[in-house]
Amino acid sequence: MLKKMKKYWQLYLLVVPAVIYVLIFSYGPMYGIIIAFEDFSPRRGYLGSEWVGLEHFIRFLTYPDFWKLIKNTLSLSLYSLLTFPCAIILALLINEIKNTKFKKVVQMVTYAPHFLSIVVMCSLVILMVGRDGPLGHLYTMFTGESENLLTIPSFFSSIYVWSGVWQSTGWGTIIYLAALSGISPDLIEAAEIDGANRLQIIRHVNIPGIMPTIVIMFIMSVGGILSVGFEKIFLLQNDLNLGVSSVISTYTYQIGLIGGQFSYSTAIGLFNNIVNIIMLFLANTVLKKISGTGLF
Amino acid sequence: MKKKKLDLFDICNYIFMLLILFITIYPLYFTVIASISDPKAVATGEVVWWPVGFTLDSYKQVLEYKPIWTGYANTILYTVFGTLFNLFLTIPAAYTLSKKYLPGKKVLMGFFMITMYFSGGMVPTYLLVKNLGLVNSRWALIILGGISIYNLIVTKTFFSTSISESLYEAARIDGAGEIRTFLSIALPLAKPIIAVMLLYYAVAHWNDYFTALLYVNDKDLVPLQTVLREVLIQNQSALDPENMQRTMSEGELIDSAKRVYTAYAMKYSMVFIASAPLLAIYPFIQKYFVKGVMIGAVKE
Repeated sequence: MLKKMKKYWQLYLLVVPAVIYVLIFSYGPMYGIIIAFEDFSPRRGYLGSEWVGLEHFIRFLTYPDFWKLIKNTLSLSLYSLLTFPCAIILALLINEIKNTKFKKVVQMVTYAPHFLSIVVMCSLVILMVGRDGPLGHLYTMFTGESENLLTIPSFFSSIYVWSGVWQSTGWGTIIYLAALSGISPDLIEAAEIDGANRLQIIRHVNIPGIMPTIVIMFIMSVGGILSVGFEKIFLLQNDLNLGVSSVISTYTYQIGLIGGQFSYSTAIGLFNNIVNIIMLFLANTVLKKISGTGLF
Repeated sequence: MKKKKLDLFDICNYIFMLLILFITIYPLYFTVIASISDPKAVATGEVVWWPVGFTLDSYKQVLEYKPIWTGYANTILYTVFGTLFNLFLTIPAAYTLSKKYLPGKKVLMGFFMITMYFSGGMVPTYLLVKNLGLVNSRWALIILGGISIYNLIVTKTFFSTSISESLYEAARIDGAGEIRTFLSIALPLAKPIIAVMLLYYAVAHWNDYFTALLYVNDKDLVPLQTVLREVLIQNQSALDPENMQRTMSEGELIDSAKRVYTAYAMKYSMVFIASAPLLAIYPFIQKYFVKGVMIGAVKE
């Protein structure tokens, strides 16, 4: 083995920069997690600080707003998960467009929002739903009141989720369109000869054909269930919607980087990460049993 | 296949697609027409389908706003050097990982893959970056996010599925070492994936505001996205007409109302200016991005 490894030393050399980088910037912070179990003070260092065991975890679990944070996080991510089929439906319908030019235009246009930065995206949202925005005006038309829709708590989750759909559904179709192009035309022709109509072909040929892809994508979405994007929520937050928009990650930021409670917020981050991994494994196991396809 | 007649399904589908196109384009279109309209007309909802009271004032103001240009320059700097660093880390590593015969390959893959599912989290990462002395330095924005494991795997898949191992044989017979083979044979053949990775990483750097939010607050160092956030999002309440009314006398009010309106219009033009470069080149580079997704979808 060692002799063989020596033979390939040049190949190992090529991977060394990446290994060092990941070691420092990914594994380094993992080592830093130990501060979740101590009362970390920067002066006393990672090993010199006092150990407190699970104190920070218990503090988080008994924090009065704990359930509010969990509820907000879960409702945003479950709501997002509900829109999971959007990309599949759009892909199936794009696949049915016969005019190639029109098909290309639809693809080009619907992919585009994916490239807007989160800041630009959130600014767009804020402008659209503000008092002076088109959706704000629409709201005024129906209710007679002029209001910034982002300040209405019950609207927050819908604004968050549907703006996400607007931005990423088109891009999400790529992977399904690729899978659809892999379905043999013979199968479709055979179904046509059997007298199946378009909808029946979609249901009995196309959807089963892309099922493995759907399952994989679904597992990945479930795995991120507690990691609703910090960046977007953070930008859409304001004082009036804080009740529904504070989630675990924004709380971690608030407590840790703004408040300087390093140990406590590290514990929260760790809790979050572990729940995510459990969800990923659960989803993988369940779906593997049902459909036979899994991520690992 | 022969050309078929359009049936009811097709007609519904086309109508649906036109609706999708409209929904996708309208917010962007509205931003453009609002940015060149009289701010008052925007506020009263007169601007719906076309500009009302054409004016370029808001653009003039944005162009005079210095931080935007500092931000632009910084972002270009971070994008260029950050992306180069990304490629330096990703491409050679992916080449090595594509070698099926390499002893310990599985261990190496595991080493990288674990970081996709498990991470130290926000605060430990912050403390590390701080200890390295990278807080408030340009280096933070170039070095951080140095490698995306997803991109690494996509590149690795490209090497192992698109370049046949036999191509390397000739070089090996000539006695070239692995590094020489990589540089003279693999790299030239990998141009398509390098293009894809270059664009993936470059867009990520261009759009990144999170790194700067955490690690950099020096006004001269912040990237464009941070400047945008300050103007577009943070100033929200300060620009809210109602907030201003409470604190001002009537004389000031008319003057400030005007300023508020212009500031509001500035937001539209700023969104346009910030996203225009990317959207302008987007049609030409779109196929590379799609290619990246496709390669990523190949399962070995």
